[in-house]
Amino acid sequence: MIDTRKIKLTVNGRACEREVETRMTLADFLRHELDLTGTHVGCEHGVCGVCTVLINDISVRACLMLAVQAHGKAITTVEGLANPDGTLNGLQQAFREHHALQCGFCTPGMLTTLTEFLAHNSDPSEAEIRLAISGNICRCTGYQSIVAATLHAAKALREGKS
Amino acid sequence: MKPPRFVYHDPTSVAEAVDLLNRLDNALLLAGGQSLMPMLNFRVAAPDHLIDLNNIAALSYIDMQDKGRSRFGAMTRQRDLELSADVARTFPILQEALCHIGHRQTRNRGTFGGSLCHLDPSAELVNMTVLHDGLLQTANRSASRTIAASQWVQGVMTSALEPGELLTGIELTAWPTGHGFAFEEFARRHGDFALAMVGCLIVMGAAGTIERAALCVSGLGPGPVRLAAAERLLVGQKPSHQAFRAAAVEAEALDAIDDAYVKATYRKHLARVLTYRSLQRAVAGAARRAA
Amino acid sequence: MGAKWLGARVLRKEDPALLTGNGCYVDDIKLPGMLHAVVLRSPHPHAGIRGIDKARALALPGVHAVVTHADLPESMRNQRVPLLVPNPAIKQVYMPYCLAKDEACFVGDPIAIVVADNRYIAEDAASLVEIDFELLASVSDCAAALAKGAPTSHRDANPALGNLGALIPLSVGNVEVAFASAAHIFREQIFLHRGGAFFMECRGMIAAPDPVQEALTIYVSSQGPHRHKRVLLDLLDWGDHQLRIITPDVGGGFGPKGSFYAEYGALAATAMLLRRPVKWIEDRQENFLSTQQERDQYWDLEIAVDRDAKILGIRGKLIHDSGAYMPWGVVLPWISATTVPGPYVIPAYQIDVHCVVTNKVPTSPVRGGGRPEAVVVMERLVDRVARELKLDRTEVRRRNFIQPTQMPYNVGIIFRDGRPVTYDSGDYPMAQAKALAFVNHNDFLKRQIEARKHGRYIGLGLANAVEATGLGPYESATVRVSTSGKITVYTGATPQGQSHKTTLAQIAADQLGCTPDDIAVVTADTAATGLGVGSFAARTAVNAGNSVHLASIQAAEKIRQFAAQMMEVSEGDIVLEDGFAKVAGADLKRSFREIAARAAGMPGFSMKGGPEPGLEGMSHFTPDRSTYSNGTHIAEVEVDIETGHLKILRYVVMHDCGTVINPMVVEGQVVGGVIHGIGNAFFERMMYDELANPISTHFGDYLLPLATDSPNIEILHMETPSPLNPLGIKGAGEGGTIPAIATLISAVENALEPFGIKISEAPISAARIVELLGDAAKGRTR
Repeated sequence: MIDTRKIKLTVNGRACEREVETRMTLADFLRHELDLTGTHVGCEHGVCGVCTVLINDISVRACLMLAVQAHGKAITTVEGLANPDGTLNGLQQAFREHHALQCGFCTPGMLTTLTEFLAHNSDPSEAEIRLAISGNICRCTGYQSIVAATLHAAKALREGKS
Repeated sequence: MKPPRFVYHDPTSVAEAVDLLNRLDNALLLAGGQSLMPMLNFRVAAPDHLIDLNNIAALSYIDMQDKGRSRFGAMTRQRDLELSADVARTFPILQEALCHIGHRQTRNRGTFGGSLCHLDPSAELVNMTVLHDGLLQTANRSASRTIAASQWVQGVMTSALEPGELLTGIELTAWPTGHGFAFEEFARRHGDFALAMVGCLIVMGAAGTIERAALCVSGLGPGPVRLAAAERLLVGQKPSHQAFRAAAVEAEALDAIDDAYVKATYRKHLARVLTYRSLQRAVAGAARRAA
Repeated sequence: MGAKWLGARVLRKEDPALLTGNGCYVDDIKLPGMLHAVVLRSPHPHAGIRGIDKARALALPGVHAVVTHADLPESMRNQRVPLLVPNPAIKQVYMPYCLAKDEACFVGDPIAIVVADNRYIAEDAASLVEIDFELLASVSDCAAALAKGAPTSHRDANPALGNLGALIPLSVGNVEVAFASAAHIFREQIFLHRGGAFFMECRGMIAAPDPVQEALTIYVSSQGPHRHKRVLLDLLDWGDHQLRIITPDVGGGFGPKGSFYAEYGALAATAMLLRRPVKWIEDRQENFLSTQQERDQYWDLEIAVDRDAKILGIRGKLIHDSGAYMPWGVVLPWISATTVPGPYVIPAYQIDVHCVVTNKVPTSPVRGGGRPEAVVVMERLVDRVARELKLDRTEVRRRNFIQPTQMPYNVGIIFRDGRPVTYDSGDYPMAQAKALAFVNHNDFLKRQIEARKHGRYIGLGLANAVEATGLGPYESATVRVSTSGKITVYTGATPQGQSHKTTLAQIAADQLGCTPDDIAVVTADTAATGLGVGSFAARTAVNAGNSVHLASIQAAEKIRQFAAQMMEVSEGDIVLEDGFAKVAGADLKRSFREIAARAAGMPGFSMKGGPEPGLEGMSHFTPDRSTYSNGTHIAEVEVDIETGHLKILRYVVMHDCGTVINPMVVEGQVVGGVIHGIGNAFFERMMYDELANPISTHFGDYLLPLATDSPNIEILHMETPSPLNPLGIKGAGEGGTIPAIATLISAVENALEPFGIKISEAPISAARIVELLGDAAKGRTR
């Protein structure tokens, strides 16, 4: 017997309704039911951080949540971060200018994690940024450019130029 | 790495959860999911039933009205403990310990009660509970009971919970305002499971001697261990290298387990070093406040 | 045409899609009718397979097939996966079948493919397949595997050879004479532990049968689809037209995605059997068990020096763990052995390399490709000489450097590309001098003395390395201007984060008079370029870069030829600018669109006597031999002697990779490479038990460096253009990693000098530091 539930949730501002198997993870739901493949799967044991999404603006590991647990919640994935006109937002633009991504696989998780971080930290130090992304593994960049991009984006936000 | 099949239940009350826990065979409770979900994904846990506690609002609260005793619902998120100014003021050592628990994303979902029931030997919140002589409230079909933190850990990742019993809350007693505190942990990387950790609370007397001391070591055995002899010895003493050293030596004498990665001797050595460091810092902090 | 884009800090074309979650990795691809596979792998390090019972698995609703060796097509059953890099030194060639026939040789060896409607059901079904195993003796440690009477890792091992897969004697000069005349001889035994690449995107493949003919289109996360096609054509006994392999976005490669894995063949066969697309995505647990790793290596070397610390010779032995098979032949240990001399004059060098087959997952190059190990060994030997002769470490190196006036310098040994190791260019003494000046070496020595007075232990580490890059045989590039006027570059280069789609566009833009945004770079599609090699070993900038350069020149030439005809001017008067061929000093021009239309011809109109049809150029730039980058790394570390904690206070890289296409990209490669090296030096330890069961099976066991473990890297540049290719490029992908382990070990040892600690292993952990310090680790608690 396959155990399913109907769930209703909002993803990137859009309401959606699906019937899902209860054992399906939130990461798989986003990727395969909603075709939002921007959220990646890297380890499925909650260490690498590439699956990080925002639930009611709070960062969580989508591989460690069941889709049914997202019922009634508002999810933001990397696909929901850009400006309404589709242009890169301040953080994304800063990533590009500082070469803060190479293969791009950890990038969605970095962006969602930093989006939450910058919402609560307007003038972070380098050390604080490194702590903030300590739950996101990058094998390509060595993190330095990600920190530089975040400092830049924080400054732009402070100066009202987002 | 996909979970095996189970039947999902999401009760909205403690009574409902307890009823399910008693009725269903091979059922597991889902709290924050940061420990259980990896086990499901690895298929090392294969419950027939999964009881999700996240919709029981009554299990999530921070109640610090009572000056002496603070009460926390079992489903209180680690994040909420971290962000609470009241908790920071009343239990400052908790703030130090919390930032070592995994990472931001872990703490956003992880819960106080979940940590206490999963009982990883390196769980900071278990150390904190034993350090503060916590009381754990449980609920079952027939009755509820209160279990002292010192009785909570029965073995490796085994709590004192009976079958069908649910942890509902934790009660901690605050130390006097101005108490010295220090949490010291050694992990290989930030957020990793600690190889050893020490929580230390100190009250300094007016005469410059130690009036009260609590020292709790985790990471060596299945659960946290209070350095009872060291605590007794420290009372009435002036802080000194000899006093700190004696406590450190007691910590190093604790039993520890070898595993493939870490030798017991290293954990014991770390317990020694961290005990010394935490005493130094707690005493220094307490003295400043008493002045 | 002036070089406007070569050397420019151009922002990446790849980024807008990746930043908005619109990348396309293999698992993002959804095809109609697609099924999902699980690779069922051996749970035992060595076992005979007596029988496989599929009945319970097949009975599960949603399950479509359980494929085993017996179900594979005949051509696949009768041959093992071909070895693309054979070598006469290999005495026993061990390669797998696409699915284990009757023997599994490592935990993770593929035995069956289980196919279902989705991955969840496929995993349910996989647990229902019953395999009758006969457990066999297994061998884990590669040194122990050489002992007399050790169990053999394969049942059919030659009894005379046991677990010895290959024996490579390498020798230059006369070591007997060198050692006989030496004033001093020192011996070092160094152990370098197994580790892996651990890219963030696990491996994965989709095999989709063609609806019309017997053919497959395959999407695979790889470092070179052309090599995979070569192997698969053999395994399927198919023609060129029957296989198209595409590599889309790749989330990190670092080496192991360049190998052809047995399961790729089995998955291709499975798709053909089912006549439906089949997708397989490796999960992380599987990644630990089955993706190829690097090392263990046991080194036992002696160095002979004269009274003035001049090196007379080095000799010894390397025992290398190949794992259960040899997917890259003996390439990896060969690179290690031939990299040892590094930037120093070594008149006599002799090493016997033993490649040993064990019951662990096979090894193949991982970022650095065997060179980091060699640098550790050489730099430890030099530090040993300095310590024993009470000389400054930097001075011993100065006395032994190959001087720039000696270029090109023939080291004497044969490299894996079949050519003698010859350094073409580079100024090694200058690199070290500049790096030392930058960190203010003398100031450090003062600070170190002061720190020790306060019970703080800081140390400085130094390492020099040369890196063979730009490995041949070639890379393919076709530059085509279409009749829409748009420019496309097709290449066999296969990026996994190295920014090829931007850097190659920069090179083409310079020749075609436009911007990189006007150039679409299409990589890694076997239908787009017939030949290709792929991206690994820091080869793409050299090979693809120069191929794109030459092909762009050809295409530009065609544009000018046709434009000259159309405008009735001479070719020399034409300038290419912004998508137009313009006549200098006149108001005359034609668009690329018009010219391409002319070049494509019209039915009925003859093109005889004019240029060949088409507006394109094609090149397979073929380097004569590898071109050598070099670098000097210096690190300052602090050791907490009570906990053993290692903190990197400063890390400086002096790097020379010749002409730089995009400095932003090179810096990213260097920084990322160093952090990868930090992982190898301090954190990454892939553990197996004595029976070869893996102990490290998830990211809680195997530690990758986090943002909190990574210092800021300061980079200094030198630019010595390579004389071996038109653009003067050298590779930059591995230069960050190659000297890092040596640098950090040297720094830790320097910090602990007062305690006389010697470090002869990597990774080195806090626990090990405390063990080495003994009672001293009690520190203030004594």
